[in-house]
Amino acid sequence: MNILEVNDLSKVFNLHILNEKKIEALKQINFAMKEGEIIGLTGKSGSGKSSLMKCIYRTYLASSGEIIYASRSGAIDMANADDHQVIDLRKSEITYCSQFLSVIPRVSAVDVVCENLFRIEKDKEQARETAKNMLEMLGLPTELWDAFPVTFSGGEQQRINVARAIIARPRFLLIDEPTASLDAKTKDVVIDLISDLKKNGTSVLCISHDEYTLDRLVDRRLHLHLGEINDAAVLEAN
Amino acid sequence: MTWKEDNWLLRVRNLTKIYGDPSANTLALTGPAFNTNQCPDTDSIVACADISFDLYPGEVLGIVGESGSGKSTVVKMLYFDLEKTGGSAWLKPYHDGSINILEESNQRKRYIRNNLMGMVYQNPRDGLNFGFSSGGNIAEKLIMAGNMHVGNIRGRAYDLLEKTEVPVQRMDDRPGTFSGGMQQRVQISKAIANNPPLLFLDEVTTGLDVSVQARVLDLIRELQNMLGIAMIVVSHDLSVIRMLTDRTIVMKNGRIVESGLTDQILQDPQHAYSQLLVSSLL
Repeated sequence: MNILEVNDLSKVFNLHILNEKKIEALKQINFAMKEGEIIGLTGKSGSGKSSLMKCIYRTYLASSGEIIYASRSGAIDMANADDHQVIDLRKSEITYCSQFLSVIPRVSAVDVVCENLFRIEKDKEQARETAKNMLEMLGLPTELWDAFPVTFSGGEQQRINVARAIIARPRFLLIDEPTASLDAKTKDVVIDLISDLKKNGTSVLCISHDEYTLDRLVDRRLHLHLGEINDAAVLEAN
Repeated sequence: MTWKEDNWLLRVRNLTKIYGDPSANTLALTGPAFNTNQCPDTDSIVACADISFDLYPGEVLGIVGESGSGKSTVVKMLYFDLEKTGGSAWLKPYHDGSINILEESNQRKRYIRNNLMGMVYQNPRDGLNFGFSSGGNIAEKLIMAGNMHVGNIRGRAYDLLEKTEVPVQRMDDRPGTFSGGMQQRVQISKAIANNPPLLFLDEVTTGLDVSVQARVLDLIRELQNMLGIAMIVVSHDLSVIRMLTDRTIVMKNGRIVESGLTDQILQDPQHAYSQLLVSSLL
């Protein structure tokens, strides 16, 4: 079964305040993703990887085309679904993990990690224990657990970001550069954690520049070039 | 927890407020396309027009726009502080959403307001009675919602003040002796005293010091997590909108120019005015 089918997706940014300047970010994107598959999204910066991911998550509105997501309660076109339906899916099935942690101010590291888990695990202390275990695996120093992540280093924020995205075991995970700015050992932990999600049925779309991560983690690659999927590169890499 | 379209909590259609006498062309000659709220024919002012949206249980909806965009007018009509000129609103817990609450009698409106809604104003003087103690203010709301047992009322006021981090030993002091941030906390306690399914917040942090503002926002977010109240947050401040809301309506010159998921409005705004607003974000 396909978890996701992207058909003729295009995205044009129309910048009204810059003399109607138009930026074509994605052109006629077509691909399908099987349930439980991990796809690596590759390409130079500016090739449209993050735009594609944000269109799927509905942070960006598609200009044309459809993004059919096979939700537990039926197929939903993420490009055109009602906002409320998207909010519901974000709470129950789809998680997006951006490259940088957008911190919630004045919330401790452990509680930032727990946010999605609190929705399904009503026992808050139990949820915090799960989060602490994960932060321990990721090697975040214990003295930081109760601190506010806004002051953390890039690598520390990245660990929290990844932990937060995977802790509630989403059905579909969109993850942007999960291993950038991590040391080799932590990188392996992150790869193992994501592979473990896959074993439990999670489908993952993962942006990465890191050959090691791609080799160990993904089932196949999609290569973007100037907003288009470059099939030649896909064949070559596979 | 799957979303169902007819699960809405509040449904608003074509809500309109016009001051003065409109002509047949008033609506056609005002709005963002003309960059004015004022009718060139009759000088009537279109505070807001054709406002339609659905709010779902537990949802936090932001209304953002510059002053004069009509955002406060919308919530003031829904809370019956202002008479509507036109439009309808239905509230699910009231007769299963079958009655337009804006057409109800004043007595029924008071009932709806006291039992099913809460409001926090920018100015605590609008939401609190400065002649009563802070505990007395909460008691007033509880009594109006039909809770008559004095012991229960005092206990509930104590809990609410504690929950909103107002020093409970000051429960018998008048709000006039409190700091601005603390007055706002008392106002929030009063607004949620009757456990309403719906809370309106009208520029509640505007005019507070940054650190006080932050603590009030934390409190609102925490109450939302804890109680799951649906909220309509009116603010000119996109950081407040970003921190609190799931979905956002952008207003200009009395009209909705755009609505969408809050992250979409902030990262991929469609309308020229929303793009200007987002590009002005510090």
